[in-house]
Amino acid sequence: MADAAAPLTLSKDQIIANFADAHPKLGAAQAVVAANRCYFCYDAPCIEACPTEIDIPAFIRGIATGNIAGAAYKILDANILGGSCARVCPTEILCERACVRTAECGEPVDIGALQRVATDWQMAQPLHPFSRAPATGKSIAVIGAGPAGLSCAHGLARLGHDVTVYDAKPKPGGLNEYGIAAYKMADDFAAREVEFLTAIGGISFAYQQRLGDNLHLKELQAKFDAVFIAIGLAGTNRLGIAGEDLPCVRNAVDFIAELRQAADKSALHVPARVIVIGGGNTAIDAATQAKLLGADEVTMLYRRGPKHMSATADEQAWAQTHGVNIRFWAKPLQIQPAGSALSVICENGTFTADLVLKAIGQLFTGAGGEFAAGRIAVDAVYSTQIPGVFAGGDCTPGIDLTVHAVQDGKLAARAIDAFLKA
Amino acid sequence: MADLTTHFAGIKSPNPFWLASAPPTDKAYNVERAFRAGWGGVVWKTLGDDPPVVNVSSRYGAIAYGGTRIAGFNNIELITDRPLAINLQEITEVKRKWSDRAMVVSLMVPCDEASWQKILQQVEQTGADGVELNFGCPHGMSERGMGAAVGQVPEYVEMVTRWCKQHSRMPVIVKLTPNVTDIVKAATAAKSGGADAVSLINTITSITSVDLDLMAPTPTVDGKGTHGGYCGPAVKPIALRMVAEIARDGFMRGTPISGIGGIASWRDAAEFIALGAGTVQVCTAAMHHGFRIVDDMIIGLSNWMDGKGYRRIKDFQGAAVPNFVHWDDLNLNYKSIAAINPSLCIKCGKCYAACEDTSHQAIAALRENGARQYRVIDEECVGCNLCAHVCPVDDCITMISYPTGKERLTWKEHPNNPSSPNFTHG
Repeated sequence: MADAAAPLTLSKDQIIANFADAHPKLGAAQAVVAANRCYFCYDAPCIEACPTEIDIPAFIRGIATGNIAGAAYKILDANILGGSCARVCPTEILCERACVRTAECGEPVDIGALQRVATDWQMAQPLHPFSRAPATGKSIAVIGAGPAGLSCAHGLARLGHDVTVYDAKPKPGGLNEYGIAAYKMADDFAAREVEFLTAIGGISFAYQQRLGDNLHLKELQAKFDAVFIAIGLAGTNRLGIAGEDLPCVRNAVDFIAELRQAADKSALHVPARVIVIGGGNTAIDAATQAKLLGADEVTMLYRRGPKHMSATADEQAWAQTHGVNIRFWAKPLQIQPAGSALSVICENGTFTADLVLKAIGQLFTGAGGEFAAGRIAVDAVYSTQIPGVFAGGDCTPGIDLTVHAVQDGKLAARAIDAFLKA
Repeated sequence: MADLTTHFAGIKSPNPFWLASAPPTDKAYNVERAFRAGWGGVVWKTLGDDPPVVNVSSRYGAIAYGGTRIAGFNNIELITDRPLAINLQEITEVKRKWSDRAMVVSLMVPCDEASWQKILQQVEQTGADGVELNFGCPHGMSERGMGAAVGQVPEYVEMVTRWCKQHSRMPVIVKLTPNVTDIVKAATAAKSGGADAVSLINTITSITSVDLDLMAPTPTVDGKGTHGGYCGPAVKPIALRMVAEIARDGFMRGTPISGIGGIASWRDAAEFIALGAGTVQVCTAAMHHGFRIVDDMIIGLSNWMDGKGYRRIKDFQGAAVPNFVHWDDLNLNYKSIAAINPSLCIKCGKCYAACEDTSHQAIAALRENGARQYRVIDEECVGCNLCAHVCPVDDCITMISYPTGKERLTWKEHPNNPSSPNFTHG
């Protein structure tokens, strides 16, 4: 990618090591020690802080007592993508911030790591933990095979409905497959999780079907009893500055998607100097991965201060300890060629790079005219203004986190079930 | 620095920390390592008649609690399985090299006078400071009429103790089994037989756990298990009670007690001494952590004594005995109620769950502007302490003395007590 002439500075083995699991799984003894730090609170603040309302003290008790199947069931019953969430949730601003141990001593129970212990165990078992209700004869189209769509599909299948999941991409998983740093989803986790959750049965997939392109709502409405739209955010925000369309100025989401799909990351060439513009998780993931691919100098330019970043303090520290420079209060005004490189001119300085990645947020573009631009409005039960058409996840208003998308999908499945039975 | 020297039934040691008769004291190698680490004395692992016993594999079971290893410990090992002559020779050599340390030899032979007479003479020649009669071992030996089989019959305890006093000039410590209904009866028998001291507790008959795959009690020996002797931190409360029962008994008063049972720290030792013990014996903690734990025990006890102004062990030995009373001597008009310090509360709600589910519904779970608040309902609180125990934060919940304005009243005088002179019912 980018500059093919740039020297590859890292060996293949080094790159494989760089993209290994960011936080390897706790061992059995470590898990018991971590689990025993949980106080098994009454009215536990961590549950309240979890967007999917996982009964955290109950599942941790299962790990402490050796009832790991019970622990996994509790997690996955509330959040079928509990394995992804264990890896990508910003627990430091959710359950672990609420953990009473944080108030007590600043060291929360390692909830995310414990959740991974249980969900990984379950995924290694031959049998799917949930069974389907008797067949209802109803069928639902889910558009988008990301966290919201998968969560909804599993919920509907559990309730006895048949589901067809459409996705614009050639693979399922959405952001889990294409949009998150590789080391967070090591060992092809996104694909394995899809395989796990579809083992319940009743879920089929149709790929490379893009809403508003070769897939149309009207046709789906005619064919299915209900439709759930979870197509995420296809568009990216523009900087609106001169030089934005120069060669070697790219969207960070495309950079990450390409990296995630590369069978051999050492075959990807990253130039010596990379600038990432933005302050969210996408910016962090792009910058850190550029560094891990072998870029000498990776700089994030963010227009405001560390507290304003949507990437958490932990994420910022992760990038920084992996060699990324974060320049705060650096708002790009213009990008211009500088010999074979690019100069990003900010109010307080000029930064030079061979590749500039833009990561200033994504937006909903209306799915080829099927909807108005801006996000899809839904009511409290995920219903759009079109009867029988529901929506959730990032394409609807709300917080854009995997765990929120999973909750949307879970609750939408219940709402669709109620709609079909009404 | 406080003086930790102890004089126990005529046996002197530089500190009260002895290793109990057990695997750590089975041979010279271990005992010398212990002395180098600073232990004040040892009770050599129990000697018996030749030919020696045979031990099994494996020998130990343990309870892990909340991730903590060896909260309770159990063994099915017997007395020494080495020839008597080797043990006697090593005892002689070690005592000669470490003359300032207490060297007590544990003994267990069949229940006939000649057997005891013979082994006592052999032990006397080693230069050992005293003997401890093992009347406590609850497994393997008791089935052969030794150990707890003797200790559970006060008449046997008295008889064997008398033989030992007749046939030896050495101080005799009688080690008592806790596997009895009334520990004082066995202690009384020992004293009546002439014992110079008692030591307690020996281990408690137990099954540590069941291996649910093998369907056998642990530790398993070729697929089978047997009951063993339970010890370690979990047994300390049982041992403290038995030591205190003997310490406050009128007949036993003044008889030296060597406290044993779950002692792992200087604080544990201080508690046993406060309830009357003159020395303490340790095994499980050493087996768990190694001999160097004695360093903290010595320094910790000394520092604590310095802080309290105690210069010698004697200064606080037995100090808690007068306050160990029978239930019907407790003041029924005393009242304390719980108080939660909101600035320390971490909102875990454990006090609420405990009180609401299992006690007196005396804690309110409130939300003030969404924030959790736990508050004691004073009128409902009976001062049971449960909330303070379940609270994970030190000093967050404290028990506050609550003035009732009433005079001290015990059950003995209470009007509800049919045997009280003030009985008014009906």
